[in-house]
Amino acid sequence: MSYITKPKVKWSGRQTNELGLTLADYEGGLSTLCAGCGHDSITAALVKAFWELALKPEQVIKLSGIGCSSKTPAYFLSGAHGFNSVHGRMPSVATGAQAARRDLIAIGISGDGDSLSIGFGQFAHAVRRNLNVLYIIENNGVYGLTKGQFSASADPGSKTKKGLENRNQAIDPVTTAISLGGSFVARSFSGDKEQLVPLIKAGLRHPGCAVIDVISPCVTFNDHEGSTKSYAWTRQHLHAAIETDYVAPSTEIEVDYAEGEVSDVELHDGSVIRLKKLDQDFDPSSRAQVLGHLAAAHERQEILTGLLFLNEDLPSLHTIQGTSRKPLSRFAFDELNPGAAALKTLQEGMR
Amino acid sequence: MATGNAQINDFVLKIATVNGSGSASANGLLMKALFRMGIPVTGKNLFPSNIQGLPTWYEIRASREGYNARVSRVDVMVAMNAQTYARDLAEVGEGGYLIYDSTWPRESQLQREGVHVLGIPLSGMVNANFESARVRTAAPIRTLMKNIAYVGALCALMQIDREIVRKLLEETFAAKPKLVEPNFKAVTLGYDYAREHFDCPLRVRAAPMDGTGGKILIEGNAAAALGCLYAGATVGAWYPITPSTSLMDAFENFCNKFRKDPETGENRFCIIQAEDELAAAGMVLGAGWAGARAFTPTSGPGISLMSEFIGFAYYTEIPAVFFDIQRVGPSTGMPTRTQQCDLMTAAYASHGDTRHPVLLPSDPKECFEMAVAAFDLAERLQTPVFVLSDLDIGMNEWMVDELEWDDSYRPDRGKVLTDEDLTRIDQFHRYLDVDGDGIPYRTLPGSHPKGSYFVRGSGHDQYGRYTEDADEYQQVVDRLRLKWQTAKTLVPDAVLRSARGHTDVGIIAFGSSHGATVEALDRLAAEGVDADYLRLRAFPFGKEVEKFLDQHRLVFVLEQNRDAQMRGLLMLELDADPDKLISILHYNGLPVPSDVIVESVTEHIRQGAVA
Repeated sequence: MSYITKPKVKWSGRQTNELGLTLADYEGGLSTLCAGCGHDSITAALVKAFWELALKPEQVIKLSGIGCSSKTPAYFLSGAHGFNSVHGRMPSVATGAQAARRDLIAIGISGDGDSLSIGFGQFAHAVRRNLNVLYIIENNGVYGLTKGQFSASADPGSKTKKGLENRNQAIDPVTTAISLGGSFVARSFSGDKEQLVPLIKAGLRHPGCAVIDVISPCVTFNDHEGSTKSYAWTRQHLHAAIETDYVAPSTEIEVDYAEGEVSDVELHDGSVIRLKKLDQDFDPSSRAQVLGHLAAAHERQEILTGLLFLNEDLPSLHTIQGTSRKPLSRFAFDELNPGAAALKTLQEGMR
Repeated sequence: MATGNAQINDFVLKIATVNGSGSASANGLLMKALFRMGIPVTGKNLFPSNIQGLPTWYEIRASREGYNARVSRVDVMVAMNAQTYARDLAEVGEGGYLIYDSTWPRESQLQREGVHVLGIPLSGMVNANFESARVRTAAPIRTLMKNIAYVGALCALMQIDREIVRKLLEETFAAKPKLVEPNFKAVTLGYDYAREHFDCPLRVRAAPMDGTGGKILIEGNAAAALGCLYAGATVGAWYPITPSTSLMDAFENFCNKFRKDPETGENRFCIIQAEDELAAAGMVLGAGWAGARAFTPTSGPGISLMSEFIGFAYYTEIPAVFFDIQRVGPSTGMPTRTQQCDLMTAAYASHGDTRHPVLLPSDPKECFEMAVAAFDLAERLQTPVFVLSDLDIGMNEWMVDELEWDDSYRPDRGKVLTDEDLTRIDQFHRYLDVDGDGIPYRTLPGSHPKGSYFVRGSGHDQYGRYTEDADEYQQVVDRLRLKWQTAKTLVPDAVLRSARGHTDVGIIAFGSSHGATVEALDRLAAEGVDADYLRLRAFPFGKEVEKFLDQHRLVFVLEQNRDAQMRGLLMLELDADPDKLISILHYNGLPVPSDVIVESVTEHIRQGAVA
């Protein structure tokens, strides 16, 4: 969580949106994540998406849990109210906030550790209730803050920096969200701004729970044997007075490829993931077909990206609840209190 | 049969039934009939944690003096459960009565000197007069009518007004008037049988009086729910748990009655059944942060799960109201039995240095009033507030003064900066102590951009920014301690009831122990033992509690838990002298009777502790 205020740099010719705001007006504090972290790329995509949609920052609430991903709400939209809650429980806080103020645009940022382990239940129920929130999972397969334990999305066979092999199955947030009856489920890659920005914009506009699983490489993977920037190498070659943490600076990974294409992306640790952008004729409305596509892609060791599933007709939380269109916390007290006379009448039945 | 001195309007009528046999409405009918006769009554459910089939009891105490505590004495037992005959017979006091279903005669078995056993062939009568159809509930009509028939028998035996019973049946079945006659027929069957076979009325009986004017019968959970409604709470999140569930059920019913937009039918409330207590607490915090009055009803196990969020709300200063309807612990304990065992848990819930205001209602009327007070306190202090009720108050019907509402009431929303305020000021600092009372100003989401800030459970400075700086961290937690001092001036005062003469003996009690304490004080006074009584109504303790401890040489502290948690709190918070504080503890899961207090105090007198 940054406590360093990002300087507002003004220059002539900067672009403004419909509200007369610049991109800088949608930024937040300075990131304290490792240089090269995919999460920072997602932050940049968020800034761009909010700016392009010309949303008033104060009309947005941004919420998160605990973890590297959950730090990111501090790095965008400094004009919005933020809520960094407890581990895995962002969805419930977002639910309460939405219950009180349905007029505000809610964005929840979570991670694979936050949402797929400790918060798996809350993630599932936010999807089940079709809470009106843009729910981004910044997915890197690892616990960064506690130094590299597997998360529930880590693939079987992957190794920790200590060389331990993951033998558990991975939980895929996308197939999970679709199975749970999600109304908007997408996947993207942190470095693919071309795809990610429009997905975020669509997710913000979706009147229900928009889940975007964003694969986001972690630079601390960059610790394999032979690397000159590994922990081991650093310890051997530096003579520090005290032993401390060191994360080698790196550059964020970016990709750019067209719909229907497959792109191999090399991560910081040298491993490769194979992303495939959906074809234009892909039908995201059939749950069975989408799950079939995802399974086939998994067999081919490809990761499908794009808007994978959409059901705009699914009623959202407030529709199901029959809640007033006027936000609940905006009602005047007189509109809520039945008054002394009603209490008297009510008590006639208690004698 | 009506031998000896008549015992009028001062009796315990206990009904032993099988859980799930539909006796609740018959028992409620009996209690309400006595109430309408003007006789002060209380009813207590003693039921198992089970769906059906196990023994369950309902105790009605009539007290012309208006005492409402449980009495460990039974004058008239209606034994409808063969499994517990022996136990039920043993419980009846000398000269008391046991009524049972003699369709299967058991007089040879049900014998005890000094107890009158009255057999009424309830099942036989009902079977002969009703078809075995199912009505309304899953139980066959004969089973239901068997219960109504013993109501009729008691009308004859105890002089309970049969016309009032008829009126109550008409009100109960206002929507289904066809059910009135069959029910009254069952009443008459029982009534006529008793008149024909026994010498009515019994020595123990009812007589009209005027002890219930201006009173109502209500459960604590329903009253608390009304308090939430009247306080303007709009968001309720919960996870079902005995004995708090009926609070949210009642809130939903009241909201459906009073909070629907008359034109659109839209709800001016949002009640969410969460996936667990953790989520319920998160929802309350989210809503409280966003400016709604939000609450959750739960019990001890729920508070355990919510503790992480409770500490978070304390440190980030978010208003939230938690109703803890206490049940027997530890762990799952006895979910359908009562205790006052979550005091320590509520007072210091969560890790780190945390303290929370706790309100201690003594009856349903105070559940109503303290629910409203809890929302005001939570917003004024920007902190979680607990209303610590218990199963006895929450799930039993109590006779209380009619609830009152002052239409000039306006909620205390505390220090919330409006858009106009934010435009006017230079800068907003979330956790700065501007007024010197330890309470900072807050803004609500969606307000002026100048008001935006980040809620974070990690170390933060007085501006709300992340910090690990030693001094900046300490500045915030020291201010929270100052806020605690302010809380002492805002919570409800303890109530003092002075003895007639001077005494240096005091009794401290709180919550559902109040009724037993009042009765015990009267009984002790009649024996020449005077004691002042301080009824605690909140934590933190105010000055009046310190004064009471100072002014008394010996203070009995009555509480319904094993480990003397309130005594511990008094010692911890007020540095009270442990030698001065004598515990009276009652923790078997049943509501405390006055005998426990009387016996404990007189025992000390006998030992010379009280001069």
